[in-house]
Amino acid sequence: MSPENLNQLPDSDVGSLNFEETRLTLGLPGVECRGCKSGVKRGFSETVDLNLGSSSSGCGDGGGDKRYSGENDELDSAKPLAAKAQVVGWPPVRASRKNAMKSCKYVKVAVDGAPYLRKVDLEMYNSYQQLLSALEDMFSCFTIRNYLNERKIMDQVNGVEYVPTYEDKDGDWMLIGDVPWKMFVESCKRLRLMKSSEAIGLAAPRTPSKNSSTS
Amino acid sequence: MNYFPDEVIEHVFDFIASHKDRNAVSLVCKSWYKIERISRRRVFIGNCYAISPERVIERFPELKSLTLKGKPHFADFNLVPHDWGGFVQPWIEALVKHRVGLEELRLKRMVISDESLERLSKAFVNFKTLVLVSCEGFTTDGLAAIAANCRFLRELDLQENEVEDHRGHWISCFPESCTSLVSLNFACLKGDINLTALERLVARSPNLTSLRLNRAVPLDTLQRILMRAPQLVDLGTGSFLHDPASGASSKLKATLLKCNSIRTLSGFLEVSPRCLTAIYPVCQNLNSLNLSYAPGIHGHDLIKLIQHCRKLERLWILDSIGDKGLGVVASTCKELQELRVFPSDPYGAGNATVTEEGLVAISAGCPKLHSLLYFCQQMTNAALITVAKNCSNFTRFRLCILDPIKPDPVTMQPLDEGFGAIVQSCKRLRRLSLSGLLTDQVFLYIGMYAEQLEMLSIAFAGNSDKGMLYVLNGCKKLRKLEIRDSPFGNTALLTDVGKYETMRSLWMSSCEITLVGCEILAKKMPMLNVEIINDEDDIAPSSEDILRVGKMYLYRTLVGSRKDAPWFVDIL
Repeated sequence: MSPENLNQLPDSDVGSLNFEETRLTLGLPGVECRGCKSGVKRGFSETVDLNLGSSSSGCGDGGGDKRYSGENDELDSAKPLAAKAQVVGWPPVRASRKNAMKSCKYVKVAVDGAPYLRKVDLEMYNSYQQLLSALEDMFSCFTIRNYLNERKIMDQVNGVEYVPTYEDKDGDWMLIGDVPWKMFVESCKRLRLMKSSEAIGLAAPRTPSKNSSTS
Repeated sequence: MNYFPDEVIEHVFDFIASHKDRNAVSLVCKSWYKIERISRRRVFIGNCYAISPERVIERFPELKSLTLKGKPHFADFNLVPHDWGGFVQPWIEALVKHRVGLEELRLKRMVISDESLERLSKAFVNFKTLVLVSCEGFTTDGLAAIAANCRFLRELDLQENEVEDHRGHWISCFPESCTSLVSLNFACLKGDINLTALERLVARSPNLTSLRLNRAVPLDTLQRILMRAPQLVDLGTGSFLHDPASGASSKLKATLLKCNSIRTLSGFLEVSPRCLTAIYPVCQNLNSLNLSYAPGIHGHDLIKLIQHCRKLERLWILDSIGDKGLGVVASTCKELQELRVFPSDPYGAGNATVTEEGLVAISAGCPKLHSLLYFCQQMTNAALITVAKNCSNFTRFRLCILDPIKPDPVTMQPLDEGFGAIVQSCKRLRRLSLSGLLTDQVFLYIGMYAEQLEMLSIAFAGNSDKGMLYVLNGCKKLRKLEIRDSPFGNTALLTDVGKYETMRSLWMSSCEITLVGCEILAKKMPMLNVEIINDEDDIAPSSEDILRVGKMYLYRTLVGSRKDAPWFVDIL
């Protein structure tokens, strides 16, 4: 559905986009989750671990979700049923129907230093990973470095590091990954691969990644 | 009757259309078996792995129309890994090899490659009908081959397939000589379409009665198509967006006034609500309306539209219609037989806007209703009991409460009594899907009353093995049983293994069955394939449930283990 159609739907305009979904939870929407703030933009480091799981499961993408829930065993055992339900196949709506209800959402992509813009259709992707690897293909000189943990894109020729950022609906520039995927798709106005030296201060400073040795 | 010559009996058999009846006829005696076998032209195979193509061809040499189903039903909801199987290729190869005069192929949940489509298009000179439902593996290149080579093509029906779209001009591959089209449905294609070629194709197809367009076909093209094909009975619009510059919408209004054959309407993937008045004249004739892909029609516009549709027998709609809107349906559509209400947010974000109230209104207002699919926010026992009283005609009753274990919000009780009332009063119920908080009690009712039940879907329900046993013991006509996330274990699975030979298939995922249980079953029942699907995405087993089986799919078969199983499938 296109954004303007969305606005006409009584309960699904972007403004009231179910904030439950932004919570740090693998539970079903509406399941109480202690200590969760909602409706607050969060820094990159706060979100990178958990939101990935809930964002991709929100998209009904079987792929990444379960692996993710596997890493959150405590949450899983606390609410095994609900977590699973959210993960895959519920509600029982045909995957093809889900796809058909999607429409296109094109946004421009700018790369610092590049004299041209490209466009991507955000509705083509189900997760940040998919988007980033598409960007990698699009600007073929780049490789994504350990994107699961860091989300940085490297230009290996020049050794420049880029951070994917986006302008949200309020006009703020945010680091990609700060909200669940679906909310990002609604909110994103354009993308910019920013030189990482310039991206400092966009969000809360990252805690050193414990997995950085795998990069 | 055996004193009649064979030809006479064969002629009598020609009047028996249903597969079920033909099967029954073929069991009467050897002579009837023989006559039926050589005269059967339509064959239905509910599971492509249940029998070999050679055996089917050997028994039915005059086969003209073949229907095949592949993946289990739960594949629709992403519960079956993508490359599980269901390939049509060996079937096509066998049909070609044995020179079957195939004219019609209908596939559901199968994988068909472009090569297979091309082979099909070239090998069967009289090929007329291709229907693909929820299939994958092909692109528009394969469709181009069908268009180009099947000279007598009558029907190309693509429903909910995953098609890779090469933006090719497959539609322009229909040769100028192709004038036989009766039905063309490409609503599921995402890509652009050559509009000129489409218009010309429609113009030279005088028998076209069913046409479903995709999103890429704009309003002005629709208008020109309808000018040329006022005979259409079944119309699926593409985009219904108003372009003030083209003046198409006023022209469309005039054109639609002449389209008085239209009985079935769908599409509206994109809509300008102000164009909708154009279809009001059509509405009064409609007996089928599908707005389930039309999130742009809602609120007042939707209600007004519905109020024009007094003859509807089938309505598919999004839950944005609300309980009030369903009330309008109930007071308008007195002939309604089938209703499907889908979530407007299929990701299940939980802002559905229909409840028990809408369903009760429908059951009170639409006495002919017999088929229901209803995605809702909540349901009560009292409402289900009322629905059961109002409508005892249900043959299909599928209720999905978006929160899978939600109790009756008024009494906080499980929904056992409500569903119990449905199975008790609907004697002809063949298909049932349950949801909400449910205990073993509901299965006791199902086993006791649902005598005609053929397919049952269970999710997040029951307390113990007893639940499943009630169903297996009680439902004598059960053919398909699918269960997910329910506490049924080996005892339930193994108590009556003979039952599975009377059924087409059983799916169990995230239940309590173990590998040992499945092995015992496979050993006892050599006619069954017991597939263990070790989905790579499954959560790593903890020490406690290390032997628990994530996904099990079992079906009866005459050919033993399939040879095309991927590495993650073990067939016991």
